[in-house]
Amino acid sequence: MGMTMSEKILARASGREVVRPGDLVLGRIDFAMGHDLTIPPAGKIMREQMGAERVWDPERVAVVQDHFQPAKDAASAALGRMTREFAREMGIRWYFEVGQGGICHTVLPERGLVLPGELVVGADSHSCTYGALNCLATGIGSTDLACVLALGELWFRVPETLRFVYHNRLSEWVESKDLILHVIGMIGVDGARSKAMEHTGEALRHIDMEGRLTMTNMAIEAGAKNGIMACDDVTEAYLRGRAQRPWQPVASDPDAEYEQTFEIDAEKVPITLARPMSPENTAPIDEVAGTRLDQVFIGSCTNSRITDLRRAAQVLEGRHVAPWVRLIVTPSSHQVALQAEREGLVRIFMEAGAAWTTETCGACLGGHQGVLGEGEVCLSTTNRNFPGRMGDPKALVYLANPVVAAASAVAGEITHPAEVVRQPVGV
Amino acid sequence: MAQTRVRGRAWKFGDNVDTDQIIPAKYAIYSLDEQRLGEHAMEGVPEIGPGFAQRISPGDLIVAGSNFGCGSSREIAPVAIRGAGISCVIAESFARIFFRNAINLGYPIVQAPQAAGQVGQGDELEVDLEEGLIRDLTTGAEFWVEPLPPFMAELLKTGGLVPWVQQRLQERRAAGIV
Ligand code: SF4
Repeated sequence: MGMTMSEKILARASGREVVRPGDLVLGRIDFAMGHDLTIPPAGKIMREQMGAERVWDPERVAVVQDHFQPAKDAASAALGRMTREFAREMGIRWYFEVGQGGICHTVLPERGLVLPGELVVGADSHSCTYGALNCLATGIGSTDLACVLALGELWFRVPETLRFVYHNRLSEWVESKDLILHVIGMIGVDGARSKAMEHTGEALRHIDMEGRLTMTNMAIEAGAKNGIMACDDVTEAYLRGRAQRPWQPVASDPDAEYEQTFEIDAEKVPITLARPMSPENTAPIDEVAGTRLDQVFIGSCTNSRITDLRRAAQVLEGRHVAPWVRLIVTPSSHQVALQAEREGLVRIFMEAGAAWTTETCGACLGGHQGVLGEGEVCLSTTNRNFPGRMGDPKALVYLANPVVAAASAVAGEITHPAEVVRQPVGV
Repeated sequence: MAQTRVRGRAWKFGDNVDTDQIIPAKYAIYSLDEQRLGEHAMEGVPEIGPGFAQRISPGDLIVAGSNFGCGSSREIAPVAIRGAGISCVIAESFARIFFRNAINLGYPIVQAPQAAGQVGQGDELEVDLEEGLIRDLTTGAEFWVEPLPPFMAELLKTGGLVPWVQQRLQERRAAGIV
C-alpha cells in the first residue's frame, strides 16, 4: 500500500520507511516561523522554562513583525520589542522588520523559504498556507514553537487524508477563494478536523500559485492539519530564482489510501461567499446580493497578494466607492506594496476613495486599521468570520474574493462584479 | 501531574466555540499575563459577554460541543481558560491546535461525546483523570472519557512538553550534541 504526500513527508522527517494515519512520530523540522504575538511567549518558554540557550538552527527560522505592527499601542510595542530582541539575540537569519516583510504567510513563500517536500511549522494557524508549495505545513502553539526552536523537532500525529479532485475549470468571475469556500460549506468547519486536505485535479492546473496559496490558507477553516498540492510546472516556475535551499518534491502514490475522495466539478461552482458568523455558512452570490455594507476590506494572507490587488484594481479603475462605504486595502507584504506602487495600482485605489494602508494583519483579526463596531456589516477577503473576529462580536462579516469585494465597495452592497463592470466608467 | 481528580459545576457551551470567542484577539497583547487573560476568558461568546471569570467558582468545568477551540493557534486560549480557574474542559471534540496546546501545557482536556451531550448546565461534576471517568453528581450518570494515545497521556501526566524538552536537552548535552 502506498503513501500520500503528507505521509511521505512525515516518514522522511521521522526517519521511517512507512507511516500510517494515527501513528505518532517525532519529525525533524525543515523550517519554523513565529511572529510578534507568538515569539514572545515561545522565546520565554524556550529560555526560561526549557533552559535552552540558543535556537537549533538560526538559518531555518523566520521571525515576522506583522500582527499588531507597526505597534498599535504601548503593549504591542512591548511585544514587538521582545520579538526584535529575541531575533537579534538568537541570530535569526530571516527576521522581517516593519517596512521590510509583511504578513508572514505571504512573506515566506515569496522569499522562497518554504519548499516542496519539507516539514514546516509556524506558530500561527494559517501556516497551512505553504502547503500549496508541496510541503507539509501546519500551525502550532507557542509551547510547540519553543520545543521546535530548542530541538528542531516536534511530535506529530500522522493525519488521515481527504482528497479533493477538481474537474474542468472555474467559470468566469469564479476564483480559487470561491472554490475553497464552496468546499468548506460542503464539509463544514470541522469537516477535515486534524486531517490533511489534498487538492488535485485538472482545475488546479489553471490556478496560479497565488490562487493556490489562497486555497491551502483556508485548510484550517475546515479544521485541517494541513492542505497540500502536488509539485507541477506552476510550482517550479514560481520557485525558480526564489528557492533558498535545494528541494525534493513528493507525490502521492497511485495506491495511496484516502479516507474519502470528493469529486467537484469546478465549472459548476458559483461565486461563493460565507455569511456571518462562520466560514461554513456559505451561499452563492445570488442569495446575498443586495446586502448593504459599511466596510469592505481587501487584505490578509488569504487574498491580498499582487494578483489579487491587480484584479481588484481592474474593477475600481475609473470608479468610486459608494458614499456610505469605507474601503480599506492592505497589501499583504512589502514586496506586494512596492509592486502595486510600480504598476500604478495604489493610485487607482486611492482615486477610487480607498484607504491604502501599510502591510500588516491589521483589520483581519480586529487588531487595528479597520476594527468593526457593533452591528456594522463588512465584506472581507479574509478567511474567518467567527463572532468578534474583526472587532465587536455583533459585527457581521461576509467573506468573498477580491473582485467581489471591489465591485461591492463601488455598489455599496454585495454585488456580482459583472454588474459593476457592465456600467461604463465614470457613471 | 498536578491533579488527578477535579470537581466543580458545569458551564455548557455549543459547537465550534473558536479561539476569538475564548479570548478575543485584542487581549493577545497580554499574552504573558495569565491572570489578566483569565479575567476575559469566554467573553467573546455572544451570549456570555464580559464577566464569565467573575461568575464561576474555581474548579468549575467547561462542557462544550464539537470542535472546541477552532480558529487561531493562540496558546492564550487554553491559558485564559486555566487562568479563569476552570479545572478541565470536556468536549464532544477539540480542534487540533487547541488540543495540542492544552496537552503541551499539561492542562487537562477530555473528549467525551456522551458527557458533552448529556451533562446539564450547572450539574456538579467530578472527573477522575487517571481512571478516565466523569461522574455527574447531580444526575448520578457516569461517562467514559476517550483515552489518549500513550505518548500524549504521558505528556499530560508529566506536566506537558516543557519537562519533555528539558529531558531531551539533557540527553543531548550528555551526548555532547548541544
Ligand atoms: S492576515 Fe489574518 S489570518 Fe493572516 S496571519 Fe494575519 S491575522 Fe492571521
